[in-house]
Order: sequence, then C-alpha cells, then structure tokens
Amino acid sequence: MTAHYDIVIAGAGPAGLSAARAAAGQGARVALLDDNPRAGGQVWRQGPAHPPKAPLRDLLAELDAHPDITLLSTSRVIASLPGRGLLVESAERGGFSVTWERLILTTGARERLLPFSGWTLPGVTGAGGLQALIKGGTPVHGERIVIAGSGPLLMASLATARDAGAHVVAVVEQASTAAVARFAASLVATPSKAWQAMQLTRGFTGLRYWTNSIVREARGAGRVEEVVIRRGAARDVILACDRVACGYGLVPNVTLAQSLGCVLAGSGAIAVDDAQCTSVDGVFAAGECTGIGGMELARVEGEIAGLVASGAQQQANALRAQRARWQRFAARVEKGFALSDPARAMPSDNTLLCRCEDVTVGEVCVHPTWRDAKLHTRCGMGACQGRICGAAAQTYFGWDAAQPRPPFSPAQIGTLMTAACADAPAQAD
Amino acid sequence: MRSAGTSGRVRITIDGETMEMAAGTTVAAALAIAGGPATRTSVSGQPRAPLCGMGVCQECRVTIDGRAHALACQTLCRDGQIIQTTGPR
Repeated sequence: MTAHYDIVIAGAGPAGLSAARAAAGQGARVALLDDNPRAGGQVWRQGPAHPPKAPLRDLLAELDAHPDITLLSTSRVIASLPGRGLLVESAERGGFSVTWERLILTTGARERLLPFSGWTLPGVTGAGGLQALIKGGTPVHGERIVIAGSGPLLMASLATARDAGAHVVAVVEQASTAAVARFAASLVATPSKAWQAMQLTRGFTGLRYWTNSIVREARGAGRVEEVVIRRGAARDVILACDRVACGYGLVPNVTLAQSLGCVLAGSGAIAVDDAQCTSVDGVFAAGECTGIGGMELARVEGEIAGLVASGAQQQANALRAQRARWQRFAARVEKGFALSDPARAMPSDNTLLCRCEDVTVGEVCVHPTWRDAKLHTRCGMGACQGRICGAAAQTYFGWDAAQPRPPFSPAQIGTLMTAACADAPAQAD
Repeated sequence: MRSAGTSGRVRITIDGETMEMAAGTTVAAALAIAGGPATRTSVSGQPRAPLCGMGVCQECRVTIDGRAHALACQTLCRDGQIIQTTGPR
C-alpha cells in the first residue's frame, strides 16, 4: 500500500516538527515519519513523568489540528524505493511505502559511544542514553551515577538524573578546564543558553565536576559496581557507582541520506546549501544530521527547509540571521568540547569494539580497512550495522562509514515483500 | 489491545511473570523495574542491557507479542503485552 505526499519528512524532532509546520502552513500535504512512539526526537523526548512542555506542546497541538499533516510514529525507513519512494516498517502498521515530491531529512544524531574496558556491563549507557531511559520510565532513585564523556549533553543528563532522584557522584569531562571555562564565558552571547546551563547544573553543587578526565574502566559482577577515572595524565581514581552514563558528543545520522546519494561534508554530516538543499534534487536536510548544533539551530533549519520545500523561499530568507546566530553557537560548542588525545586513545586490545558480534579492538586493529575488518571479524555486520562501533572505528582508525545497503535496520520479510508488490509491473508468474 | 486501563496502569507479562506498569512506560523501563538487569545475552554469553536508549544499539531487543527483535526502548507498554527476553535468568 503506497500513499503519496507533497512532502515527506524523516524524523519528528525539533527540525522535523518545525519543517512540518512550515510546509503545512504553505498548503503542502505532509507526512512525518518517526521511529519513536512519541514525537519530539531526543532533546524533546516525552515520557510518563516528562509531559511535553512548550514549545513541543504547542507544535504538537498545531500539527494535530492540521488536516494535511500525517504523523506516522513507530515508523522506521528500511529502504529507499525507485521513483521517489520510501519503504517503511511500523511496529503497529507493518510494512508500507510512501512516495514524495520533496523529501526533508531530519534524522538527527546519535551519541559517540567510545569503548572502554567493561563498557558492555549492564548499567553502562550513553549520557543521552541514560536521559532517554529515565524519560521512558527507568527508575534511578537513590542510584549512584557517574556521568562522563564530553559536551553540553552531560549537563542535560545530570539534570534529568537528579530530578529523578539519582545521586550523581561525578561529572567527568574530557575537555580541559581552560576550554570549558572559555565556552562558559562565551555563553554571554546566548543568554538563553547561559540561563539553561545554570538551571541544569545548579553550579555543580553537591558533586565532583572533573575536567581533563576520562573513563578507563567499568568493573562489576553482572553489572556496574565501580568505575576507574583517569584524571589528567596519570592519576586513577575509583568511584563506586550503580551506573556509568558516558558519551563523547554526537554523530549525525546519515544512512538514508547516503543511500539516496547525498554528498556528505568532511565532518560526516549531510552537506546542504543555504536553502537546506542536499546534492540530490528534491531532497532537503535540516537539524543535527547536517551538523551538530543543538535544538535552536535545528528548529530554524527545519523551518527554512519546510518553507523552501513548499515554495516559500522569500519567507525562508528572513530566517537566515537567526540560523547564522545559532551556527556561531554550534561552532563554539564544537571548539570547546573537541576530543582530546586521551579521549581518542584506543583502549586495550581485549576491550570489545563490536558489541553486536563480540569482536575485540585487538581483532579489528590488525586490518587495514573497514571492509577487511568486516569480512574477517564480522565487526559492523551485526544488528546495529556498525552504528555504534563505526564511530569508534572512525575515531581510532579514521575509517569512514561504508555505503549503506538496505534494509537499513533489521526488518521483517513481510515488509520487504510490500516493496515487491508495490513495485510489480506486468510480469508473468 | 487497550493502551491503558482507567487507572492509567497496564498489565504486562515479562518472561512469564505478570506485573503492572504506569501507562506510557517503555518496555525497556519495565524490564528495569522488573529487576533483571539484562535484556539479552551476547553471542559470547555476556549479559547485556540497554546502552543508547534511542533505538540504535539494538541491545534492548526482546520478543514482544510474538514479534522477535522488537526494540524495548522504542516500544510502549500496552495492556496484555507479552514480553520475552533472552537475558540470563
């Protein structure tokens, strides 16, 4: 079954939701695909104890009231189809396809999860990962948590964990004190972010905030019980804890873009021009997938993409200054939290690199290329299709993600058959 | 399948044991509440639990209502849901 839309938007986070509203406001018939059961993406993730606040609440209300916007949740793009189509699998609807005149990719980003000894123990999660799990209802009341890695996301994770009654023992940041101080001082240019930083961190009262520090090892029997932190050049400190929430920044999600033939920038993000156009005709992109920059940048990029895709280029031009402002903020974040050499250092040989196929760093590092490593060890060939280990392989070895092949995620055969039926010309049996 | 009773709670079954959850809770959270730290067993026999929380790592994959490889972190609990994990008991 195929439904046709003027504009299909892949991803219902801040960028996608803003694009949908802008496009529908121009009279376009819009479908918004999202793999989560509730819209909002990562930064606006909803949950039983986290109802939508403004602006998500207002955006959702507008979209709900608009007859020409179809929000398709629990829906994951499995493949692109010839003739401007997408094959989608939904836990609720099964397999279906959509076709588009214009496509807007707002697929967001995922965390850069770099391995360390013991990172596969239950209780070790990403920093954003912990935030997502808490918002989904995972209880952390009374648990001792060490938050680590890099970037402003650690602050958001700290606030969510504390609000859920956890005892955050330490926030461990790989960037230097000087870099973090410079970044903090630069927040004067974005007062809303300065205010947010203060609200999230409460000045770090009641916990250790360690800069120039990384996670070396998580230890425990069956789950995390303690974590070893390397402070500076050589001092190791052991912290007893129940959870380690560690993430080193964000990586853009570009699988669908790559499969469509969109050119990627040097950073690995989807390359777009001033109008948020990708290198492929009719395909736009906005938000974190075009470069990590935070919620405010994602919103304005999404709005621009929605306007241009629906023919309102003039209105889009009025948003350029706003976008430029948040691009400057994004550059300051990138500079402040650039990964140091200790953070990028390869862990020990017997540390698992590929969690899906249980392949160690030592088994992979003897190979000269991704392809060789995959063929000899199965690293990157498991369920996550290299989305977790790929970021580590890029960091340690400089290997770029391979051209993706469908299905982009594990899919049911019934879904793949949907594509065959939709596609069937007059063929003899 | 209803999504919630009038009390805003749903009854689900995890590995044969029935329990109540707040409506809107993810299956990943339900598994954590139920107490077993692991959602699956890795190819070399290690216990694994959710890592990324956002449908990327696939560590939280469980069987839900007979459908294999469902991601617990991206599935909401529903009344009458039957969940089976492959973590160590």
